[in-house]
Amino acid sequence: MPDMVSVAEVADTMFKLVKQAAGLKKYKAMDLEKAMRELYGDRVDKAVSKAAIKELIDSGRCVYTYFGGSYIEIPHTEAAANPQG
Amino acid sequence: MPEQKFPDKLQELKSGAWPSFVKEIENAAQTSPMAKDLYGQLNQSYNEKIGHWKHGGIVGVLGYGGGVIGRYSDLPETWPNVSHFHTMRINQPAAWFYRAEDLRKVCDIWEKRGSGLTNMHGSTGDIILLGTTTPELEPIFNELTAIGFDLGGSGSCMRTPSCCVGPARCEWAMYDTLALTYDLTMTYQDELHRPAFPYKFKFKMAGCPNDCVASIARADMSIIGIWRDEIQIDQDAVREYAERGLNIQSVVVGRCPTRCMAWDSKELFIDNENCSRCMHCINVMHRALRPGNDRGATLLIGSKAPIMEGALLSSVLVPFLEIVPPYDDIKGLVNNIWELWAEEGKNRERVGEFIQRVGLANFLDAIGLEPEPEMIAFPRENPYVFYRTE
Repeated sequence: MPDMVSVAEVADTMFKLVKQAAGLKKYKAMDLEKAMRELYGDRVDKAVSKAAIKELIDSGRCVYTYFGGSYIEIPHTEAAANPQG
Repeated sequence: MPEQKFPDKLQELKSGAWPSFVKEIENAAQTSPMAKDLYGQLNQSYNEKIGHWKHGGIVGVLGYGGGVIGRYSDLPETWPNVSHFHTMRINQPAAWFYRAEDLRKVCDIWEKRGSGLTNMHGSTGDIILLGTTTPELEPIFNELTAIGFDLGGSGSCMRTPSCCVGPARCEWAMYDTLALTYDLTMTYQDELHRPAFPYKFKFKMAGCPNDCVASIARADMSIIGIWRDEIQIDQDAVREYAERGLNIQSVVVGRCPTRCMAWDSKELFIDNENCSRCMHCINVMHRALRPGNDRGATLLIGSKAPIMEGALLSSVLVPFLEIVPPYDDIKGLVNNIWELWAEEGKNRERVGEFIQRVGLANFLDAIGLEPEPEMIAFPRENPYVFYRTE
C-alpha cells in the first residue's frame, strides 16, 4: 500500500492550481480530483481529494462559483456584482 | 403604487381567476422598499421588453456551494433597493408539511432581512425566498439553521429531493415517499451542499403512477410507486358505479391504454399481465378498484427540462424494487451512477444526455445492471439493448 498524501498537501496543491488558473480556466471539483490523480497516482484517493476541497472551501481560501456549472475559484469580486449601497 | 416614468402595465396581470404575483408585490411594497423597487423595475421591463437582471455567480454562505442564486439589477441607480436581489433556496420538509409556527418564523426572518416575498414552492420543491442583499446572506442562514431549516441545492449538485404527499394523506402511496426523501436528503448532505457533479441531479419520489410530482418529466432519477400483483376488484362496488350511471365500457374499459379490460355489465375483468399500471381505472372507480398488495417502486432515469439540449422523459432502469429502509439497493445504484457520470460526464451534461451519448447498453454495463425487457418502450424500435445468444 503506497504512502497516501495528506489532505493538507493535496489542498495546497489544489489551491496552487486554482490560483494559477485564475482568469484563464475554471476548475470543477472533478477536474481537481482528476488532476490530483494524475499528479500523485494511487497515493491519493477520492476521499482525500474530497476532504481537501472541503478544507479549501471551509477555510475560505477558495469559493464555489456558479457560471452555468459550479466551479471552485479564488474569492474575487465578480463583474456582475453591484457595490453594496 | 411606486411612482415611475412608464405606464403601469402590471395592473393587467391582476385580472383573471388566478392569484396574482403583482397583487402580492403590491401588498409587500406597502412596507418593503425592495418590493417597491421590484415592482418598478418589473414594470420598466414590461414596457421596454428587456430584462434588467444580472445573474451573480459567486454569492453564497461559507462552506456551501448552493442554495443562493445571485441576482443584481442592471439599473441600480434607478432602483437602488433591488441593486442586490439574491434568491435563497430553503430545503423544504418532505411533502411540504409545516407547522404554522415554523412558517411564521421563516417569514419573520425574511421580512426582517429580505424583501418579504416568497415563492411557495419553486419547481425544485424548495421554499424560495426572493430578494436579499449580500451582507444579509450569512445572518439569514444562521437564523434559519437556528430554527431547523437548511439551504437547498443549486448548481452542479444533487438538488433538494422532493416527493408527493405519499402515505401521509394518500391511499395510493405504494411506499413511504416522505421517509425515502428524508433519508436521501440526510444521506447525501455532502452531494447537496458541495457541487461535485457535471451538472444538476434531481430525485423525485412519487408514491404511485399518478406521479403527482411529475417525476417522470422532471427528475434525473424518478422513483415511482408500483405494484406487481393483480389489481384488487370489488365487483359489487363496480356494479354500484354502473347503477349510478357510470358508463364503464366507455369511460373505463374504452380508455384503458393497453386494452386489457372487459366489462359484461355484470363483472369487470382485468388481464393483469397486460396492464401497464397507468392508474386510470383506479382513479375513475376508486371505491371498486385498488392496487395490488405486492408493492414497491420502479426506478427511472434521465428526464430533464429543455435547458441545454431537448427535454427528455425518464426511462425504466429498475422495473421493480421493494422500497424499505435503509434503502441500500437504491443508494448502491445511485453511487455507481454518480461515480460513472462524475468521471465521464461532460460539463453541463445531465445524466440522461450522458446515457444518450454513451448508449444505454454501455451505461448499464458500467453500473452493473442487466438489461431488462421493461427498459424498452416499444419492441424493435429501441435497438440499444442486445441479447447475447448463449
